[in-house]
Amino acid sequence: MKVNPNIPDLIGANVQRVDVQEKVTGAAVFTDDVQFGRNLLFARIKRSPHPHAIIKSIDTSKAEKLPGVKAVATGADFPNRNGLYLKDKHIFARDRVRFVGEPVAGIAAVSEEIAESALDLIEVEYEILPAVFHPIDAIKPDAPLIHPDLGKYEVANFIFPKPGTNISNHFKIRKGNPDKIWAACTAVVNRKYYIPHIQHVPIETHVAVAKVDRTGKVTLWSSSQSPFAQRDLIAKVLGMSPSNVRVIANYVGGGFGCKAGVTMEALPVALALKVIGHPVKLRLTREEEFYTNFVRQALAIELKIGCDKNGNILALENTMYWDGGASTEYGVNITRAGGYSCTGPYDIPHVKADSYCVYTNNTIGGPYRGFGMSELHTGIEQCVDELAEAIGMDKVEFRMLNAVQDGDILATGMIMHPTGIKECIEKAAHAVEWGKPSEPCPPNKRRGKGIALMWKAPAMPPNPGSSATIKLNEDGTILLGVGGQEIGQGAFTVAAQIAAASLGVPVESIRVVGPVDTDYSPYEWQTVASRLTWSMGNAVKAAALDTRRQIFEIVSKAWSEDIKDLTIINGLVISKASEREIPLKDFAVYGIPNKDFEGWVGGPIYGRGSFMPNYVTGLDKDTGQGERAVVHYTTGAQAFEIEIDLDSGKIEIIHAVSAFDVGRAINPDLVRAQMEGGIVQGISSALFEQMIFKDGQMQNPNFVDYRIATTVDLPKRIDSIIVEVPQDDGPWGARGVGEHPMVPTIAAIANAIYDAVGIRMEGPPFTAEKIFTHLKMKGS
Amino acid sequence: MELIKIQVTVNGSKEILEVPPNLSLLNMLRENLTLTGTKSGCEAGECGACTVLLEGEPVNSCMVLAVECSGLSVETIEGLSQEEPMKKLQKAFMDLNAIQCGFCTPGMLISAFALLRRNPDPSDEEIKIALLGNLCRCTGYERIISAVKKAARR
Repeated sequence: MKVNPNIPDLIGANVQRVDVQEKVTGAAVFTDDVQFGRNLLFARIKRSPHPHAIIKSIDTSKAEKLPGVKAVATGADFPNRNGLYLKDKHIFARDRVRFVGEPVAGIAAVSEEIAESALDLIEVEYEILPAVFHPIDAIKPDAPLIHPDLGKYEVANFIFPKPGTNISNHFKIRKGNPDKIWAACTAVVNRKYYIPHIQHVPIETHVAVAKVDRTGKVTLWSSSQSPFAQRDLIAKVLGMSPSNVRVIANYVGGGFGCKAGVTMEALPVALALKVIGHPVKLRLTREEEFYTNFVRQALAIELKIGCDKNGNILALENTMYWDGGASTEYGVNITRAGGYSCTGPYDIPHVKADSYCVYTNNTIGGPYRGFGMSELHTGIEQCVDELAEAIGMDKVEFRMLNAVQDGDILATGMIMHPTGIKECIEKAAHAVEWGKPSEPCPPNKRRGKGIALMWKAPAMPPNPGSSATIKLNEDGTILLGVGGQEIGQGAFTVAAQIAAASLGVPVESIRVVGPVDTDYSPYEWQTVASRLTWSMGNAVKAAALDTRRQIFEIVSKAWSEDIKDLTIINGLVISKASEREIPLKDFAVYGIPNKDFEGWVGGPIYGRGSFMPNYVTGLDKDTGQGERAVVHYTTGAQAFEIEIDLDSGKIEIIHAVSAFDVGRAINPDLVRAQMEGGIVQGISSALFEQMIFKDGQMQNPNFVDYRIATTVDLPKRIDSIIVEVPQDDGPWGARGVGEHPMVPTIAAIANAIYDAVGIRMEGPPFTAEKIFTHLKMKGS
Repeated sequence: MELIKIQVTVNGSKEILEVPPNLSLLNMLRENLTLTGTKSGCEAGECGACTVLLEGEPVNSCMVLAVECSGLSVETIEGLSQEEPMKKLQKAFMDLNAIQCGFCTPGMLISAFALLRRNPDPSDEEIKIALLGNLCRCTGYERIISAVKKAARR
């Protein structure tokens, strides 16, 4: 039921996904499904077996002679450095290797087997260097220096590396003076946590196919969340113009951040440059996907937080050491995002935060659904729980008291916009019957409830743009062009809904044009940061309004009517004044004939729209203060009821509840689908997942030893609650919610574990074994 | 490598192929027959994305050699899309948004199809066990389980 007459019926409608017919029949084309014919070559990569070593020599002569080998590439051929915010790595390692799995050389051959055999014929001589695997070890003065040339690297103006150390970014917040406040606090909680590396695990591994034609133009087919950023980065590292690189990105078989930017996609391009005319395919094995792909970087976090006797949080000191890995990609910006969001969704007057991105000899840290927020909130939300307990206040009441609200001055000095976080807290708490004892369970089991809040802003450069195009077909149907990617979240469906609602046509008449192709699709910065519904949505709406304007100009001229009297309903242009009507298909391409066919009005209709936020300001290097750090924050809460088996330590999730403020749910069912998928991914990260390293070598790069949630791990009940406090510059108020549903999960489960059995752990995963051991140590 | 001649019935049509002895059924389908609806996710029998029916039973096609299939029948998502209860399953998956990225979907549907053929009215627990070998990173499984239940009851 519509309460607001200004909101079209399609906004808030559970429209069926536009991509499902293809996806249930096996017809949907993913990158590995694209056919390239008999000229296709297959690439394999020689990788470093050492976490840190000097490359003394590389001899590829034997590999080159193997029959079937068509190209060999090494770092000698590609001197430029690559990187999104800090250019600190090469396509292939040149002077030294910095993690196990770093590409050293590439082979393109007529078959994968031959390429693989050729790898064994490449001889690399290394001089092993001391390595470091923990960010706190890596900041010690005597730690091995991983990037001695750090001071020479090109870097974005909001990232602050410290040459001569392993610190690739140091972001600071100085607001008020916590040191003067601690004495006034009734309770202070001081804690350290370590949140380990986890992997994204899309079911489709990374795959890219590159071809270079005789004009020198590069075409890259890749499973990508950011075809435009990929085009730009690859062009730069090769010293080419972006217009000489074309990226075609089919459906993505799961991204979660790992298919943003450039991970492995430059490797087949490098090989393709040596075999003009041959497409070269590189597809990561599952093992490579685990140990060479960007990881969710580990976080060592130290927190000190205090409140007065009434429960008002007064001060926070937050020191974060992010394990950026051997080089940085998004890691330096995750560090920044962790810094400016360091308080969690709380109003805290005195804040000191230091967020360090630290080079180690682990796999490179990248963006993972939540961009640092899960890791950060895992610490904050457990401390908040402890603080409430310390002053004897109910944990929900404590959060209601301190939760951020409209008008609060945030840690960066930005003023908070209206947010529905308190409604989220109330609804999540109510759903798990907060305060009411759990139902009795068997004597060897204990039940507990936990809650955690979250906030997250899209972490982006200040000026990420979106654009969209609308083309009317002869039959009145519409081709909607977008550069944002369908990675499973439903972006194409939401775009179609926004276009149809803005234009006044049935959603079935809209086809979203795919695959995204940088030569033909409108520009989109990247499909990351939960930004598409908001940013691309605004561009689509603008394109639809531009199209509508063109339609009205044609019709008003043909009918000699005032534009103000025209509207479009269900694909029919209607005049409220004369009650005349004309379907789009009657004039969409060929126009409208004048009376007696004396001339015509109109012509092909092509609408365009773009959107770019223009109000984000820089932050002071020493204090992190600035007028507006981010575009907005999406907030929310999760609450859990769990049951722990004391004999095994195993956790069963009885009830999992999400409540998020999405501003406006364009498609409520798809919003709930994000909440469900996110909370289960969060549960998986809380209970099972950890990349286990030994001297930089991942020990569990497969689905048996690195377990992710399966059907049998589901909560007995999942509730997903939508809260809508509109965003001033979102389409009908919409904000994104793709990442948020896994952000508070680890903390909420940790708090439920404490409620059930009174133990807290240094960090996830809360495996049965770990809980059992802690229970034994506690002596219960 | 010496090629071996095999005859396999794929989606009802007889295919005569010459394949190397180490070619997997998965790669035979994807590379030799261009049936790309069957997906490759791990090539180690751990993710279920490559599930097809071999003689009517679900198998991870990455763990079966093409030469083992000589004289046998294989069904993939392309062929099964014309049959019941697959059509009911597909409709239920579409109606309930039991799909996000869609990469696990063909394998998931085939495991569900095999379940409904042998057990037309499965319990939640039976559905979970039948789909245990099919990993999905996007949906959180709940809608998939609901969709299988919905298809069974139609």
